[in-house]
Amino acid sequence: MRLKQVSVFLENKTGRMAAVTRVLAARGINLRAFCIADTANFGILRIIVNNPEEALQALRDEGFTANFAEVIAVEVPDSPGGLATVLETLDAGGVNIEYLYAFCEKCRDNALVIFRVEDVDAAVNALEPTGIRVVPSDEVYSM
Amino acid sequence: MYWDLSAECLDRTAMRELQSDRLRATVARCYANTAHYRKAFDGVGLKSDDIRSIDDLPRIPFTVKEDLRDNYPFGLFAAPLEDVVRVHASSGTTGKPIVVGYTREDIGLWAECIARTLTAGGVGRNDVIQVAYGYGLFTGGLGLHYGAEQVGAVTVPVSGGNTKRQAMLLQDFGATAIACTPSFAAYLAETLRDSGVDFSTLKLRVGFFGAEPWSEAMRREIEASLNILALDIYGLSEVIGPGVAYECEHQCGLHVAEDHFIPEIINPETGENLPPGEVGELVFTTVTKQAAPVLRYRTRDLSRLFTEKCACGRTAVRIERILGRTDDMLIIRGVNVFPSQIEAALLDVGYLEPHYVLIVDREAGRMDEVEVWVEISESVFNDEVRRIEDLEHRIRASISTTLGISIRVKLVEPRTIPRSEGKAKRVMDRREL
Repeated sequence: MRLKQVSVFLENKTGRMAAVTRVLAARGINLRAFCIADTANFGILRIIVNNPEEALQALRDEGFTANFAEVIAVEVPDSPGGLATVLETLDAGGVNIEYLYAFCEKCRDNALVIFRVEDVDAAVNALEPTGIRVVPSDEVYSM
Repeated sequence: MYWDLSAECLDRTAMRELQSDRLRATVARCYANTAHYRKAFDGVGLKSDDIRSIDDLPRIPFTVKEDLRDNYPFGLFAAPLEDVVRVHASSGTTGKPIVVGYTREDIGLWAECIARTLTAGGVGRNDVIQVAYGYGLFTGGLGLHYGAEQVGAVTVPVSGGNTKRQAMLLQDFGATAIACTPSFAAYLAETLRDSGVDFSTLKLRVGFFGAEPWSEAMRREIEASLNILALDIYGLSEVIGPGVAYECEHQCGLHVAEDHFIPEIINPETGENLPPGEVGELVFTTVTKQAAPVLRYRTRDLSRLFTEKCACGRTAVRIERILGRTDDMLIIRGVNVFPSQIEAALLDVGYLEPHYVLIVDREAGRMDEVEVWVEISESVFNDEVRRIEDLEHRIRASISTTLGISIRVKLVEPRTIPRSEGKAKRVMDRREL
């Protein structure tokens, strides 16, 4: 259920993103989803990879400051209103969403959206009864 | 023009005698009233009677900033607290400030020293003086204030900051003199220029600039832009505040009020006295102050002594404009800043082993800008932007509380700040002073 997203601190200067992606490439790690939160001074790069432990180690070895953050991957119907329904369901369940971003692949015929929520159990309990699937982590890593 | 002809033009023999008399009295007072000095003397087997004249000064142990810190707040006072009428404070190397005290007589002698300073710049009862040094625990504002009232000038206690308003008052009150930091003077000139002031309408004639180091180049710039005589003044709160030494119109060194403060120059490594003309660390012994006398206080300022008679007629020894520091203290916007204070502030917000550097910049005609670059570390990293921004904010707040100045904080990636063998280079001072 819980996915290990790798969060990396990036200074706002040229070449840092490229450096991160090259470090991962050197270890044969494939990026599956990512987003970046930026401020005037720094950014936090968030990535989903097939092997999060190795990714974290690789980045730390190269001197990056990184750690894991727990996220969930939710199957969302790939049509207008698909995401709106999921968000409304979470709202109704009182679940606070920190951020979200899309996965690069479809899951069967559905879009896959990564959510960072305040309370994973509350999110799962809000979604599953309505038939919205939270994808198990090993399935996500092997996609 | 002298405020106190007899003191400022005393012949050298009479000065030596006067200093020696006063030194004997001060040493006796310190030994009798202050545990720290008694211990220091006992520690080297010295008795107060052993000090017969100023030639015996080198026998007295030095006093250093840490001694004031260790005796915080009033441990070094040589007068009972009932006799103390004022305290002032300035930055220490850690959280606690350095505290000094004054009796009523001390306040009086301080005003006399500033009166000499202002008179050397031709300021008297027909002048209007804008005192733009900070008023408060800092000695600058109140120091200049009492001396300005002493000479009878119209004293305008504007304190620091609020430059636009200061520019307006400067014009409206017809200030003929100003006292502030040299960087503020440059900033004020810029502000006046930007607001399209006709400089020929200004009555400003002279300025008394100190509390931070400044170069000849900067002096010429201030003199040109404000069309005034720019005089260097020197002091430090541990000795009394401003008024320790001051320039005359010849601008060839600062005359020391040496009937009150005896200067020495020492080799900062060995502690040995150096002859006039050689650069070393400035040391002062106060021989008239009652509440908080200091014996051989190491200022950590680098300078040298000139003993040749000045064209102005004053016989007092002169010190050169301060050439630098022996430690890593910076003066930013007139405030003493020690990099170690930054470290303390970072430990306060959760860092275990902070790596940081202070970058100090000053654009032409503007005030000092300070930025602290701090490496992010595992112990403080968080996935949420808001938490990291909160961290930046807490660092900024912590530093501003400790230092009393506001600075920018930039979080940088690990290992971007150079490590070094031995003492870390904590400061990048990019100002051209």
